[in-house]
Amino acid sequence: MKAAEFDYERPASLADAVAILAAKGADAKIIAGGQTLVPLMAMRLARPALLVDINRIAELQGISREGAFVAIRACTRQADALAHASVRADAPLLAKALAFVGHGQTRNRGTVGGSLANADPAAEIGLAALALDAEVEARSAKGTRTIALREFFKGAMETAIHPEECLVAVRFPVWPGRVGAGFHEVSVRASDFAFLAVAAQVELDAGGQCRRAALSIGGAAMMPRRIGAAEARLAGTRLEASDIAQAAGLAAAALDGADDAHGSARYRRRVAMVLAERALAEARDEALSR
Amino acid sequence: MSQHEIALTVNGRARRARVPARMSLVDFLRDELRLTGTHVGCEHGVCGACSVLMEGRPVRSCLVFAVQAEGTEIITVEGLAPDAEGLSILQDSFWELHALQCGYCTPGMLIAAHALLARNSAPSEDEIREAIGGNLCRCTGYKQIVDAVSLAARRMRGANRPEDAR
Repeated sequence: MKAAEFDYERPASLADAVAILAAKGADAKIIAGGQTLVPLMAMRLARPALLVDINRIAELQGISREGAFVAIRACTRQADALAHASVRADAPLLAKALAFVGHGQTRNRGTVGGSLANADPAAEIGLAALALDAEVEARSAKGTRTIALREFFKGAMETAIHPEECLVAVRFPVWPGRVGAGFHEVSVRASDFAFLAVAAQVELDAGGQCRRAALSIGGAAMMPRRIGAAEARLAGTRLEASDIAQAAGLAAAALDGADDAHGSARYRRRVAMVLAERALAEARDEALSR
Repeated sequence: MSQHEIALTVNGRARRARVPARMSLVDFLRDELRLTGTHVGCEHGVCGACSVLMEGRPVRSCLVFAVQAEGTEIITVEGLAPDAEGLSILQDSFWELHALQCGYCTPGMLIAAHALLARNSAPSEDEIREAIGGNLCRCTGYKQIVDAVSLAARRMRGANRPEDAR
């Protein structure tokens, strides 16, 4: 249960980091908070020849409002994002999701970008990012590109980020107006990996009608997914209990994961329906209170 | 495999060493510095026994490589006591309320609870349970641990609020 041998470099700038990645290619692996990668290395499921430690790169730290987005730099600790006023005010769904990420000791070290880049199927940050149509900025020695979250996840622990790229920041669109969010998950114990997680955010107009709704479900399959049919069912309604129940039913019906050691696909569909109802009702009530 | 010179502060004392990149912080603390109060349990970030304070925040020292701790300040369970003979109020409360049986999880519990009490002088039971949520204990059922943290909080507040000191 100890990591295999590896070489280690700690570049001081993003330019240096991507230069190392360009030279070493797939032999190199970025380490940020290490809360996903180090367990994989300890279990020898990951055996990188070189770790590129990006923890000391100033350009990768911090949270700022950039126009219609909240931008979170990749190496920002999850604990700092959770405590950040702008995250709570401008991306309420992310704030709620962050409270479910691991526990205090892993949030103190784990990063927002690291959670996204590792793409665990049960991870909460990616689930919230997908619901909110966030975008990821990736940088390589050749330049910078932006990846929409809908194009980001490619499978369990697989993303659109190339080996020679470094995830630099994730930008969450700020929803204006009367916005509310709900996040619910089921796990063996609080802070453990979710068997199923649901993220919802809604925006109401002045009259209380749903202007838009976002719903995503994680932990049920190899990657999180948006539930477009449920979102379409809710838009334009007053989010009555019957609207939410029908949308939750559509969400459960959309899941196509297989049985696994933690639960059957049927169990997960049932949990998805209940949690989607709770998350949507919580989001509605929160929006109505604004 | 690369070797690295590191300099860091552990329990207030400056330390220098040469470590292989793959050495975890907990192995460095125990095997190189002989600070064996920090326990190594699962070695993959599940049990919390190896928790230490890094820059004042509790982290799992099995998920940090020693080379990454270069330049940081680390506090281990040995650093919580006021001196070599005495116990902190928190440690004393653990002793008094029998908040340990085998003792394997204790250093991690103490670090997690110490960090909680540093930022919240009057935690609720839920807040205590949340703070130790990343630490596994297989003996106590957690009840005495939660009680001990609560007692320590009352005693520590008692320094300023006499009504708590009973």
